[in-house]
Amino acid sequence: MPPTPCSLCQTARALVKRPKTGQQVCKSCFFEVFETEVHNTIIEGNGLFKRGEKVAIGASGGKDSTVLAHVLSTLNQRYDYGLDLYLLSIDEGITGYRDDSLETVKQNQVEYGLPLKILSYDDLYGWTMDKIVSQVGRKNNCTFCGVFRRQALDRGAAQLGVDHIVTGHNADDIAETVLMNIMRGDIARLGRCTAVTTEGEDTIKRSKPFKYAYEKEIVMYAYFKKLTYFSTECIYSPDAYRGHARVFLKDLESIRPSAIIDIIHSGESFVLQEGVQRGMKAMQTCKRCGYISSNDLCKACALLQGLEAGLDRSALRQTQDSTTLAPDGQRTIPKYDRHATAFELSTPPKIELHATEGIERAVKAIAL
Amino acid sequence: MSVVATEMPSTSGLGYSHSNAPEQVASSIRQDDQLEIRIEFGGGLHLLFSQKPKYTIHIPRTIPSTSQHTNVKYLIQWMKENILSEREEMFIDGDTVRPGILVLINDADWELEGELDYELQNRDEVVFISTLHGG
Ligand SMILES: [Zn+2]
Ligand SMILES: [Zn+2]
Repeated sequence: MPPTPCSLCQTARALVKRPKTGQQVCKSCFFEVFETEVHNTIIEGNGLFKRGEKVAIGASGGKDSTVLAHVLSTLNQRYDYGLDLYLLSIDEGITGYRDDSLETVKQNQVEYGLPLKILSYDDLYGWTMDKIVSQVGRKNNCTFCGVFRRQALDRGAAQLGVDHIVTGHNADDIAETVLMNIMRGDIARLGRCTAVTTEGEDTIKRSKPFKYAYEKEIVMYAYFKKLTYFSTECIYSPDAYRGHARVFLKDLESIRPSAIIDIIHSGESFVLQEGVQRGMKAMQTCKRCGYISSNDLCKACALLQGLEAGLDRSALRQTQDSTTLAPDGQRTIPKYDRHATAFELSTPPKIELHATEGIERAVKAIAL
Repeated sequence: MSVVATEMPSTSGLGYSHSNAPEQVASSIRQDDQLEIRIEFGGGLHLLFSQKPKYTIHIPRTIPSTSQHTNVKYLIQWMKENILSEREEMFIDGDTVRPGILVLINDADWELEGELDYELQNRDEVVFISTLHGG
């Protein structure tokens, strides 16, 4: 076959077929359209960022966050967003996995000249994932990891004093999450998962600048830019349910590439009825650690209490309806001090709750 | 047929290396009826190929017992029979690669090159990158 000319500049040889549009583009036009589309996601509406904002990039060393760090620091200079960028990494304590990927992040830190903060499960919770797995087994350990990571990112961000966390979630990830939430019947999450920015009353703002970026293009971008990233599967990972959703999505995409964007649009079109919204729980703060929670105890505190009590998988069923004080001799999570003084002053309102509902839902979800 | 595996690759954005060891040169001599093809893996796929991120292979110029010029479809079958070391289903789906694996032929998206029907030329470089691992 003779080389195809780029459909944008008409001169250079096309090297990428864009999954979103079918367009055939050369390397430099590809860089330009990819970066411009991310810029458009950023400036759309009122814009993702405010000038002077301190923004932490959740950096795992994997392809998405590595490309995000590169693109965001490029765009910040090119369009003068005026952002103060940081890299924030979580060390789950997985030997042979996370320690390797953190090396990649440290390399990024040097390449982009961004300050890096690493927060470990061990420091924060007193438990590494290696230790958790040796106690609870290989099944369901992803639940512990997910709950602990989310909170660790917020705590790391609070320590950096940043107002905003951006993550590398791409269009494929979001479509996959839409599918998973439908299959789990998790309507509350379905409404939230397609939002480019989520911000609760007392949570740190989170955004996904790659919401419309296809995974294929992110990988192509990393390849052509020769960006170094880490790509070995988590040794404890098999979240089999998510794995199936991913394979299903890739199969759909290979037949019709627009499937990914179509599923995101479907997710966006679901609107919660008011009655359903009213049935959802009000947020308060965890009585033990001060982190945002819909129960007396946040999920992390409940899980930690289970671990400290020596429970195996049944630590997942630890109640979130509990007293303020941890049982004697147990480790607890340090106080979450995003607004250090505000916490001292206000006592969270007491709300009648079905306290175990959240964790039951999580257990149901993984039991599937 | 011979398989020449290289040492660890140079850092190349494929996500497997922190070393800068130079690529080794293929030691065996290519026959006239063979093609020399360079293969590279990214996104963790090398784990399925005896942990080796780069190969230089010699394969027949025409598909055995046919008169058809060797194409990517035959290359994938050849890889399956000769160098794929484990978890076949992570790489192969029917007679092609599993969805979610990107293929580049001489740095171009294989979707622009005819995919399985692309006829391989001597010293072509084929890169396989998995997109399935987390980011
Ligand atoms: Zn062009
Ligand atoms: Zn708590």
